[in-house]
Amino acid sequence: MRTTLHPALIVIASIIFIILIAPLFIILGAAVSDTNYLTFPPQGFTMRWFTNIFEISAFRTTAITSLQIAFFGTFLALLIGIPAAYALNRFRIRLPSWLSNVFVLPILVPEIVLGFSLMKSVTINLGLPVFATLMLGHALLVLPYAVRVVGASLASFDFSIEEAAISLGCPPLKTFLTVVLPNISAGVIAAFILAFITSINDVSISLFLTGPGISTLPIQILAHMEQFFDPTIASVSVLLMLLTVGVMAIVEATLGLTFLTK
Amino acid sequence: MTVSLTLDHITAHYGSTQVLEDLSLAIKAGELVSLLGSSGCGKTTTLRLVAGFLEPTSGTIRLGERDLTRLAAHTRDIGLVFQNYALFPHLSVRDNVAFGLKQRGLGAAERTARANAMLERVGLSSFADRMPAALSGGQKQRVALARALVIEPPLLMFDEPLSNLDAKLRVDMRVEIRRLQRANGTTSLYVTHDQEEAFSISDRVAIMNAGKIMQLDRPEVLYQRPANAFVARFVGFENLIAMSVTAREGEMVTAVTQSGATLQLSQTVFGAIPDRFVLAARPEGLAVAREGEGIPVTLGIRTYLGRAYQYQCATAEGNYLGNGPLTDLMEPGAAAVLIPVPEQCCILPSDA
Repeated sequence: MRTTLHPALIVIASIIFIILIAPLFIILGAAVSDTNYLTFPPQGFTMRWFTNIFEISAFRTTAITSLQIAFFGTFLALLIGIPAAYALNRFRIRLPSWLSNVFVLPILVPEIVLGFSLMKSVTINLGLPVFATLMLGHALLVLPYAVRVVGASLASFDFSIEEAAISLGCPPLKTFLTVVLPNISAGVIAAFILAFITSINDVSISLFLTGPGISTLPIQILAHMEQFFDPTIASVSVLLMLLTVGVMAIVEATLGLTFLTK
Repeated sequence: MTVSLTLDHITAHYGSTQVLEDLSLAIKAGELVSLLGSSGCGKTTTLRLVAGFLEPTSGTIRLGERDLTRLAAHTRDIGLVFQNYALFPHLSVRDNVAFGLKQRGLGAAERTARANAMLERVGLSSFADRMPAALSGGQKQRVALARALVIEPPLLMFDEPLSNLDAKLRVDMRVEIRRLQRANGTTSLYVTHDQEEAFSISDRVAIMNAGKIMQLDRPEVLYQRPANAFVARFVGFENLIAMSVTAREGEMVTAVTQSGATLQLSQTVFGAIPDRFVLAARPEGLAVAREGEGIPVTLGIRTYLGRAYQYQCATAEGNYLGNGPLTDLMEPGAAAVLIPVPEQCCILPSDA
């Protein structure tokens, strides 16, 4: 049997698809444009904006900061998120149902508000160093992903496996580390990747938390655009996109992308 | 190393709901006792209390001389077999079986040797290097059994271990469980909702209802001499006829039903009969006849059972089920009598 699609549906679907994919091509085009300003369609072809990235040291240092923040922030989020997801699933019947929603709040609160309140509380009141503040902010930002994705993995975990291990003489913590964790590792990896990408691409929170001498790559891109408005920004964006696509390709090849959406 | 398991006046709650009420149970060394009942009767709760996954509100649990009541679950040394196998998905069959030995600090060589020997006993030697996902349900449960047995626990517990298997395999597996349990002489607690399974595998069966043990005895006794109406109904005594004694003459007792039918019952057959009692009978224990001394009824729906016809029999006090002979076909609407077959009936204390 063949299902016939309504012509209007095909048109709408095509438009949405174009809207989704077009910015990628515009950025790609703008990045190779042989002009001193951002423009599309590109005029001429050059790779000099890509080499330009590496000549501006601020891009390099902020990229390193971004990677460090993403790594440690995600690590911290997982450190809190995995036990939280475990508790939320293991004791689901005994815990109030609103509790799991608390861990999604950072997604619901506008990031600007989150960034501002973090600056107010952590930077000003506690006086923590910029790097630590950024790390905490990003950990908070990506915590919902950690809890949700690891939680999805735990939701299909059969807890009688854990009880079996305990009955065989394995203490509870060791059981968690040697029996539960290996069986939710796919979820942990997926959570790490999602959280890492979210952190790398974040602007709003970083905007408030970056300070003298320390900035992240997206903030540097923003600053560069305000100052120069040249195709370097587009070429950095292309590299960021390639990084994301690369990571996604690895996820797809190893776990399958459906993993991130289930 | 066979020991007894004793549960003494156990009360347990989930939140504010009481799930076990003053439950006492003693399993002798080497004995296999089943907890039988429908879901929510407290049988699984009892098992989880003994395993240490739940704590009783009050009471004590003793394994031999050892008081388990407040011990951490991983120190209790109990072999557990779960309904859904609960094999470690990330470990091979051999490593699954060797897991408990590893926790006990045995060296790799000894672990492997003992796991292999155990797999041999459950007939899965050739599957040692497979992952659990590559096994059938029956094979998985054999691995689970091997994993529980290899640590040589003083107590084995089974939580509906055969419920996920198909009918044929279930029968094979319960014979296998019984064989291994007998061979090791391991004291065992077996939880099931399947009466045939419980009766076929157990030394004794405890029939549970609403957090209490209604009767604990050998399957034969439960089947033939239930102690109360709940157990009677559970083991298939579908007819419970409330009666009261009107006259006694030597061993013979005259009793009437609520709707006034008179029966003569012999105390030589039934034992002492109290003034008010319930006559319990399976359909085959109430013979349907055209006439005779019995309870007058009007016949209803007739069904063919192969060995007999079964009739729904209406009386003023309610409907009963009785069996009639194949040689005499009676029609719905006809008047008949139900005559109790003494050897297949029993006398229960009145509920009221």
